[in-house]
Amino acid sequence: MFSGLLTKVAKVLRGVGHKLVDQLWRFGGAVRFSGYVLLYSGESFRRLHLTIREIYFTGVMSLIIILVSAFFVGMVLALQGYNTLQKYGSSEAIGVLVALSLVRELGPVVTALLFAGRAGTAITAEIGLMKATEQLSAMEMMAVSPIARVVAPRFWAGVISMPLLAALFSMVGVLGGYLVAVPLIGVDNGAFWSQMQANVDFREDIVNGVIKSVVFGVACTMIALFEGFDAPPTAEGVSRATTRTVVNSSLAVLALDFIMTSFMINP
Amino acid sequence: MTDNIVEIDNLSFGYKGRQLHKGINMVFPRGKVVAIMGGSGSGKTTLLRLIGGQLKPTRGEVRVGGKVVHHQDRDGLHTLRRKMGMLFQFGALFTDLSVYENVAFPMREHTDLPETMIRDLVMMKLNAVGLRGAAQLMPTELSGGMARRVALARAVALDPSIIMYDEPFAGLDPISMGVVCNLIRSLNDALGATSIVVTHDVHETFSFVDYVYFVGNGVVVAEGTPDELRHSDLPFVHQFVHGEADGPVPFHYPAPDYAAEMLRGHNV
Repeated sequence: MFSGLLTKVAKVLRGVGHKLVDQLWRFGGAVRFSGYVLLYSGESFRRLHLTIREIYFTGVMSLIIILVSAFFVGMVLALQGYNTLQKYGSSEAIGVLVALSLVRELGPVVTALLFAGRAGTAITAEIGLMKATEQLSAMEMMAVSPIARVVAPRFWAGVISMPLLAALFSMVGVLGGYLVAVPLIGVDNGAFWSQMQANVDFREDIVNGVIKSVVFGVACTMIALFEGFDAPPTAEGVSRATTRTVVNSSLAVLALDFIMTSFMINP
Repeated sequence: MTDNIVEIDNLSFGYKGRQLHKGINMVFPRGKVVAIMGGSGSGKTTLLRLIGGQLKPTRGEVRVGGKVVHHQDRDGLHTLRRKMGMLFQFGALFTDLSVYENVAFPMREHTDLPETMIRDLVMMKLNAVGLRGAAQLMPTELSGGMARRVALARAVALDPSIIMYDEPFAGLDPISMGVVCNLIRSLNDALGATSIVVTHDVHETFSFVDYVYFVGNGVVVAEGTPDELRHSDLPFVHQFVHGEADGPVPFHYPAPDYAAEMLRGHNV
């Protein structure tokens, strides 16, 4: 009986070990892949039209979902913020609360999460299908590097699009907050804007928000590209890769947000 | 200088613990159309990938134009691949590009030709495969046979000296099959190229190729001209050429005894 138990424990440990080794290999593959993407970036800059086309697909096509979400997030922030602030008699600070929440946190984070769900999954599915239908192999056989031609332009498109989308998210969110706070609730218009102007710092708040969105852009786009490139060339493989893109990107964004915030905040 | 543009010398290859090739020797003379035939899963497509340098052999070597493919660095491999054209099983056309742009793709990537010359060349290639009128269509608007012909036009866009075909007849109707057979032969002769055709369609292939290799169990089991193989009494070739269900290539995948397995119940 004891030997049977020992065999089962050994089997479980072996399974865990195999998984761990597999994940380490995968992580190594992802790092190597990222290195290649950076290495081939020069070639993709020479073919700038490819990057511009991808900015349209990843950035411009994500605009509607980003802007509509931003509008609602801003409105909810104003409602919730007013509800709390009025208890302390500082409802004029609603503009500051909406702006700081959006610029520092919600703008970059929610944009990145929406980007992962909309553009990230599209990138993974597209590259995964290109692999499954041998389009990437065909490119290789034509002496054209798929990383230079397909991957690198999408990477830079994601990195460029993300901060722009986050900035637009924050702008539209503030507009949504304004519409709820001033015309709907009746907060003073001058107080709303002047408090915001006085308390939102360019370096501490806006630049830090931009830094966050650039980092999220690198992480989300690289994860989406790697998952697509690494996907088994089957329907199930592409489907799983797409799911992994959303899960891994979301976790990466939240973890990176905590790490960056802890460095950016001066207690 | 050797007259063989591609030479496969004692090549072995395997992955995931499975030995796919066990010491294969083949030569592909310049100007000839050579077929590699064998059952599904016998590693025919893998041979094309080894010739194209997408895979590395575990033993032996593949030489293209006298150069060992897997000894080349990235630039060397790209130089070799520019001499090759490959037709993939289902065409592998770029779905975001039109037929015209698909054929123009290798020209745009590897030459600095002016747009007017690219246009003329693309139209010539499309005309050769009978699809000049389909230049502005997208790949999703093409039938399987048309997609294969566009892919063929793209494969010969830069006038390669080696053209590789991976299952060019798979899923084609008899008319399209005849068209593709004629195209492979006529393009090979017009370009002075060497063609390597991986297939398992015996009758179509025997009608236009110069030489045939049969691959089975990881080795070359038979070779010769189509006429020699038609009259071969080797059991493998006989089974293959006459489409017999059972023979040296078994109908059943290796499995335990049937009766014992059925009596064992549900413990699969």
